[in-house]
Amino acid sequence: MIVLDQRGRRCPLPVIELARRIGDVPVGGLVAVAADDPAARLDIPAWCRMRGHAYEGETAAADGVPVYSVRRGG
Amino acid sequence: MRVSGGTVAAMAAYLDAASAVPLHPVAREALVAALADGWADPAKQHGAGRRSRLLLDGAREVVAEALGARADEVTFCASGTQAAQLAVLGGLAARRRVSRRFVHSAVEHSCVLHAAERHVADGGEAVPVPVDRLGRVDPAAFAAAARGAALASLMTANHEVGTLQPVAEVAAALDVPLHTDAAQSVGRLPVPAGWSLLSASAHKWGGPPGVGVLVVRTGTRWRSPLPVDERERGRVPGFENVPAIVAAAASLRAVLAEAAAEADRQRALVDRIRATVAATVPDVEVVGDPDARLPHLVTFSCLYVDGEALLTELDRRGFAVSSGSSCTSATLTPSHVLEAMGVLSHGNVRVSLHRDSTAADVDRFLAVLPPLVAGLRERAGVTGL
Repeated sequence: MIVLDQRGRRCPLPVIELARRIGDVPVGGLVAVAADDPAARLDIPAWCRMRGHAYEGETAAADGVPVYSVRRGG
Repeated sequence: MRVSGGTVAAMAAYLDAASAVPLHPVAREALVAALADGWADPAKQHGAGRRSRLLLDGAREVVAEALGARADEVTFCASGTQAAQLAVLGGLAARRRVSRRFVHSAVEHSCVLHAAERHVADGGEAVPVPVDRLGRVDPAAFAAAARGAALASLMTANHEVGTLQPVAEVAAALDVPLHTDAAQSVGRLPVPAGWSLLSASAHKWGGPPGVGVLVVRTGTRWRSPLPVDERERGRVPGFENVPAIVAAAASLRAVLAEAAAEADRQRALVDRIRATVAATVPDVEVVGDPDARLPHLVTFSCLYVDGEALLTELDRRGFAVSSGSSCTSATLTPSHVLEAMGVLSHGNVRVSLHRDSTAADVDRFLAVLPPLVAGLRERAGVTGL
């Protein structure tokens, strides 16, 4: 699993970074995005739907920033 | 005169009708005439006051007929926002012994959500009902959520994505009064059946800004949340803006005379935008119901594109549009409508048409958009992602 630190970055940058890095994990692998931009909560699941990846849900980092998990699709 | 913007006047296109429509020529004429004849206090018994009263009563008759209401059910206020807030807070106040629960769709205009916040701050309860991916509530779920509540609110059509709500179906299943915010549909589509309270806004149909319409059906319990005076049957205090109300009524009558034909014409242009954007802009999500929707409005989101940059570039080329992207909002949060629908919120553009919008405007927009989006993506280094 790779973790992308997108704290302080505004939309659409967290989604762009996610798109750049999803290929770094094998199919079925996980990418986690830590992002405090409120649009990420909406745009990461929407991107997964448009791109055929699986949105695995949201947890919180130690500093309280939301972390969104994505499983790479085939 | 066409709405224009500076040096690009000849090429400019105002495509933000859902925010405000340019003043209808009939409204302009009526406004000028009523400024001369309707300036006096309509509450006074002297001749000048009686002339104002006559104009005001005439306008009320026209608006009532257009909305399928009785004249004594129609009151005028300062804006569509004020009308909606009076409808909601007055409807809740009148039934506070029955219930303190206010049920509304998650995609209501912010004016209704602000009224809900006030209600909660006053000790009441507000329950948002979710919508599907197209932005529509499930009628049975909405009616079930509203059972036994003080008031329910369901907009006629959504201002951001155009989706029509099943107002008549919900109303038939409800056992509580229903408010419908009809700001986007009045003057364009027939008013749905079954509501107890309706609010609308004149500048959305070509009337002047500063005129809201509140309709309280006979028999509906409603108590003014404001101090009461003798005006507007005790529903809206303060001196009525008679000239603007007269202009609003005149333009409503004029737009209704051509509403069906205009709706067909605009629906065809919106169909063209929906199809062309989807075909010519890669990675775009056209949102809202493709069929059960307002005739004049279409919304889409472009993947990896900054909504503010897109709006700025379109404005530079003379196109006035709107956006629900977070970077274009004062609070930097995405539109609650797009959020409730679960659709992409960045790179969002809302295009909305009016009677002066031409096929040439739409064609120029459709020619400008794809290279503009491609350029922004190239600049951001996201091409091919």
